[in-house]
This record gives sequence, structure tokens and C-alpha cells, in this order.
Amino acid sequence: MSSMKNFTKALTFFLAIIAPLVIVTVALRQPKGENALLEELKAKYPIEHQAGVDHGKMEILQQDFTNPHEITAACLTCHTERGHELLQSAHFTWEREAYIPGRGVTYLGKKNLINNFCTGVQSNEGSCMKCHAGYGWDDKEFDFENQFNIDCIVCHDNTGTYKKASGGAGYPVMGENGPDFKRILANVGQPKSENCGACHFTGGGGNNVKHGDLEMALLTAGRDVDVHMGVDGLNMSCVDCHTAENHVMKGRYYGVSSTNTQRMSCEECHTAFPHQKSILNEHSIKVSCQTCHIPIYAKVNKTKMSWDWSTATRKKDGKAYEELDEEGNATYASIKGDFDWEKNVEPEYMWFNGTADHHLMTDKVDTTQPFLKINTLNGEYRDRDSKIIPVKVHRGRQPYDTENLTIIQAKLWDKEKGKGALWLDLEWERAIEEGMAYVDMPYSGKHDFVATEMYLPVNHMVSDADEAVSCKECHTPENGRLAALNDFYMPGRDRNELLDFAGRMLLILSLIGVAVHAVIRIISARKSNLAQTH
Amino acid sequence: MSNNTKKAYVYKGFERFWHWNQSLLIFLLALTGFEIHSSYSLFGYETAVDLHNKAAWAFLILIIFAIFWHVTTGEWKQYIPTTENLRAQAEFYLFGIFRNAPHPTKKTVISKLNPLQRLVYLGLKVLIIPVMVVSGLLYMFYRYPQDGGIEIITIDNLEIIALIHTFGAFILMAFVIVHLYLITTGHTVTSNLKAMITGWEELDVDENEDSKKENDEEK
Repeated sequence: MSSMKNFTKALTFFLAIIAPLVIVTVALRQPKGENALLEELKAKYPIEHQAGVDHGKMEILQQDFTNPHEITAACLTCHTERGHELLQSAHFTWEREAYIPGRGVTYLGKKNLINNFCTGVQSNEGSCMKCHAGYGWDDKEFDFENQFNIDCIVCHDNTGTYKKASGGAGYPVMGENGPDFKRILANVGQPKSENCGACHFTGGGGNNVKHGDLEMALLTAGRDVDVHMGVDGLNMSCVDCHTAENHVMKGRYYGVSSTNTQRMSCEECHTAFPHQKSILNEHSIKVSCQTCHIPIYAKVNKTKMSWDWSTATRKKDGKAYEELDEEGNATYASIKGDFDWEKNVEPEYMWFNGTADHHLMTDKVDTTQPFLKINTLNGEYRDRDSKIIPVKVHRGRQPYDTENLTIIQAKLWDKEKGKGALWLDLEWERAIEEGMAYVDMPYSGKHDFVATEMYLPVNHMVSDADEAVSCKECHTPENGRLAALNDFYMPGRDRNELLDFAGRMLLILSLIGVAVHAVIRIISARKSNLAQTH
Repeated sequence: MSNNTKKAYVYKGFERFWHWNQSLLIFLLALTGFEIHSSYSLFGYETAVDLHNKAAWAFLILIIFAIFWHVTTGEWKQYIPTTENLRAQAEFYLFGIFRNAPHPTKKTVISKLNPLQRLVYLGLKVLIIPVMVVSGLLYMFYRYPQDGGIEIITIDNLEIIALIHTFGAFILMAFVIVHLYLITTGHTVTSNLKAMITGWEELDVDENEDSKKENDEEK
């Protein structure tokens, strides 16, 4: 009976106290969805910027603007100090003050450097400045001190309707064919990815031509292309990472930058110890995050891998022509030469400490080298600041002066024919003469083409962790991803052939010795057994 | 077999525990180590590294206990090298063993090792294992040239550490091959193996040692 009583007591206790608690707990428990982590991150990171001002209510913006300089003037009446900031910004100056060992203090940037895509902006400003955050830079006389020469809208238009004109030296189309500026000015705000992408996705003359990891597809693609920007994921925008303080943006592109400053790094969000496995965290001492987490780039559209200027100016039926591949990318163009395009490209790998040097127009071409380095990413294993980074190597062949041994800046563009522009007149000599005269460099009259390499660090199109580069892709004796980086010993890739040979011989001889010994023992044992039985 | 034998408890419980765990760990370390060396693929690189590091820590702990045991029991004296009978022992393995000659060294509880074993095991304990442990620890705690590194403990090149570690691994493997074979050279083919499993072995009775042995067992 007492046991029955105890049981009843226990049951009552359970029903009265425990069961309600269980029910309440279960009911209150938030079911964690499949993408709980993603939702958490979404709530935390891609923060919608709430404007504190409705620009549509601003009286000064209600004019019918006919001159873009006046728009800038209107902006500056309220944002009084921003103009001064922009005059210092690389987006406007296209150069930076930088100390480069061996050169001293330099003022380099897109303004005066050469590359192995369109080779350089000088003498071509009218066209190139479509991507300048300013108005009217079409020659050497452009006023970099005038705040009204700044183009605010190109970055801050949130309607996606503002366009700079082609060949317009940075001016937009205005008047009847232009966009609705009242609407644009009522909707200015923090730059969207589209704003940045208008130039940074199309560098080199078209979508994904230059970088390979920066292209239009990032605006619409999913996490399979980029875990950060994927529209089905965090859907982050450029400025979520590339934050700015007083118009100074985080992030460096070492085709034009030289110093280890203002860099954007994964560690800022992910910390220096993001892995659960300490051996992976340890790798990050010498290996950048990007090296493993960007196994391939140019995941959607092809990127240009090489550009051979030496075949330019060919004509078909007296006219310039193009040859296209199946995706519509030009593999040959009379005005530019031959191209190679690739998709899903495995990066090459280099040591990099955040500093770079550049081949200046005044530097001599060393024809004994197999190729000329347009930019040099500094770094080596023993350098404490160096890490291995993934790099897009763009290989080119471009004109140089065979007598003066200088790289050539040719004039490519003009508004009209007959002024020496290569793209219009298809004639090298005149284009070179005009270009070199513009940059005040002598030209001997003799040119040839030199192989060049340009190194573009790959930082975007970060893959899902599951797709990160695996151990064996580097720790392998044959054709590993890091096969070209041979200034250090890597387990699984490197070995001492002599030691391995000696070791193998030792093991083989041990086995043979043991086997021979065993055989003699067996034979002699049989013999003595025979002797005993007889 | 001689009739004049007596069953003796040669290998104590811990000794056997230590021996078999050590053999397992060395086997696992070699298997994973040579995979890390890219000699073959078995577990997959990441797993191999993981197992190798875990086995290394287990081995280190085992070594600490083994050293403690050797010191506290006085068993370390088993490895004091001697030249007595050294030549005779070598000649036994080279010639005598084929003629069914008797073992030149009498195995007793307080002297389990013949002079060759003493030399080889001592070499393992004071040379090869320490070299593997030290190079292994340096491998693990190797400091890459890095920003904020401490100058004096930075090793600029893993190569020398890696080569020494690889060298030691080959020597250990050669030892294992010969050791496995020499197991069969006891009184009978399996008597050594049985002894290391059970602890008990038939030993020749040595009049001189008898009294000492009994003293030992009383303790």
C-alpha cells in the first residue's frame, strides 16, 4: 500500500510541478531555424543606413540644374567641409603620397602609372575620366584644387540613373537626354554596390576585365559566388567592409598603391583566430585568409588573363574588326590586340607584406629579363610581415622604346580621327609620338613589344568554408598550389632526396637482413632435426 | 629446452602497459608521420596531422610515466651498458643461433637484457627518442618568422627540424623491423612474445641469482 501511495505522490508531484515547467519551457523555446546563424549575422551586420535628412525637402536642390559644377556647389553649401576632404581623396587625386624604399617619397597613382591593360590614362583622359570622381579632367590643365570640380553624385546617387558620358571627361549627360536630377538629388545617400561597381567592376574596359574577382554578377549572385555579398545570404554591400572616415576608404589595390596602410582585412570581423582547429589558426601567421578561402575567382564571367598589344592595328577589308568567343568576349580587336579570357581561375600565389613598387615611365626596361614587372609585390618567407596571398597575374605585351629603353605611353583615344589616337587611326608610330610628347618623354622613333606581368591581389569572391582549399592541394610533392613558392620548407611538399633514399635503403636492408637470417635459421633447424632423427 | 628452468615474473604490469602502448603509438606515429611526409595517402592529410599530434601528446605523457617508473623502481639500471659478453652475444646472433647454441647471456629478473639489447635500448632512450621528442616539439611550437615574434626563439627554417625528425623516423622504423624479428629468437619462437604479454617467462635457473631473486619476490 505504501509503495502505491509513494507512486501517487510522485505522480502528483510530476503533474503539478515538473510537467507545467516542461510545457512552458517547450512553448517558450524559440525554434532555431536552419539559417539561425545567418539570421543572427543579418541582424548584426548589413545595417541599413537611415538618413537623418530628406534631401527632397532641401530648397537648394529644387533647381533645374544645367551645369554639374552647380550641383556640387549646392551640396557644399550644407556639407561645407566635405569638399576639402574630397580634394585629398585618392578617388579625386588619383595619386597618393607614399614612401617607397629606393625611391623616396613618391606621388603615384592611376594619374601617372602605367599598367598592362590600356597602358595608362595620360593623353587619354577624355575617355578614362569617365571613372574620375570629378568633372572636366581632359588634359594636364585640370584644376585639382577646385572643390566645384568634384562629382558627388557618381558615388552618392541611390537611384541608379546617374551616368557619366562616354568620352565626356567625367561630365554626365545633361539636358533633355540626361536623367531626372531632381529625383537623383532627392535620393542621395551612402554609396551602393552599384555605385562602386560602375567603375570598380568594369576596370580595363569592360565587366570583370581587370580584377576577375570584382564584377557585376556580385550584385545579383548567391553565396556560391561570394559568401558576403550573396543575395541569398548576408547580402552585404561594398561599404559594409570598405568603411570610410571623412571620405578616406579602407582598402588598397596594389596596382596603384604602395604602402601597408589603410588596408581592409578579414581579421577586423573574423578575428585573428577564427578557426576551431589551432593548426589552421597557426597557418594564418604566414598564410592570408584569402589564400584558402578564395580557391577560384571569375566564377561567373570570364576575366582577361593576357593582352598582347603587338598584334593590334590589323585590318580586314581596310577596316578595324573584332573576333569574339562563344560568350561574346573579344579574343582579338584591331584597336587592342589579342586577349586570353578565363573563367573559374585558380589564383597564383605570392608573398606579400603590404608594400609594393611600380615600374615608372622613367624607369629603364631590362631586356635581359623574361618579362617586365609592372608592379612588384614585396615579400618573402623570412620577412615577418609577409603572408602568402592569392594573385591574379595579368600577362601582357606592350610597346617600349628600344633605344631609350622606356615603356611607352601611347595615345589611344581622341574625340576625332586624324589626331594620332590609335583606336581611331590604327597607326602605332603617330600614337606613340603623341603619347610620349604628352608625358614629356623622349621617343627614339623605334619601338618593339616587351612581355609584362601585373600582379592583382585577389580579395573577393570568398567561398563557403566547405570549399576552402584543402591541405593536400598545397602539401603535395607534385604541382601543388604553392609549388612556385620555394623559399621555405613545407611538410608534404618538400623532402631531402638523399635522406629519403638513405632511409628507404636502411629499411630495405633491415628487411633483407632479417629475412636472410630467418631463412638460414629455418634451414639449419631442419638440418639439425634431420641429424637428430637419423 | 633445458629442464633446469623456472617460471619467473619478468615484466611487471606497468612495464607491459608501457611497452604495448609505446608500440601502438610508435606504429600510429609512423603511419601518420609518413603520410604527412607524402609517402602515401591513407587517413587524409588533415586527419593524419591531427592523429599524429594527438599520438605525440599521448606518447609524451607515457614517456613521463615511464621515466618515473624507471627511476623509482631502479629498473633504469637494466640499461647500463656492459662490454661483458658483448662479443659473445654478437657472435651468437651471427653464428651460434644457427647451430642451436645456448644463449650466451643468462636472462634473469634483475638483468633482463643481453649486452646488445642494453646498448640498443639505451641508444633509443637517450638518443633517438629524445631527438624525436625535441624535434617533434620544435615542429609543433616552431615559430614562423612573424610580426611581433620573439627574435631569439624564432627559427627561420623548418627544414633542419623536419629533416632530423624524418631521419629519426627512419631509424625507429629500422629498429622496429629488427626488433619484431628478434622476438622470435627466444627459447622458443613465441616465448619472448608470451613473456611480454603475460609477464611470465621460463628462465634458466642461475644458482648465483636464485637467492637474490627470491629476495626480490619477498619485497
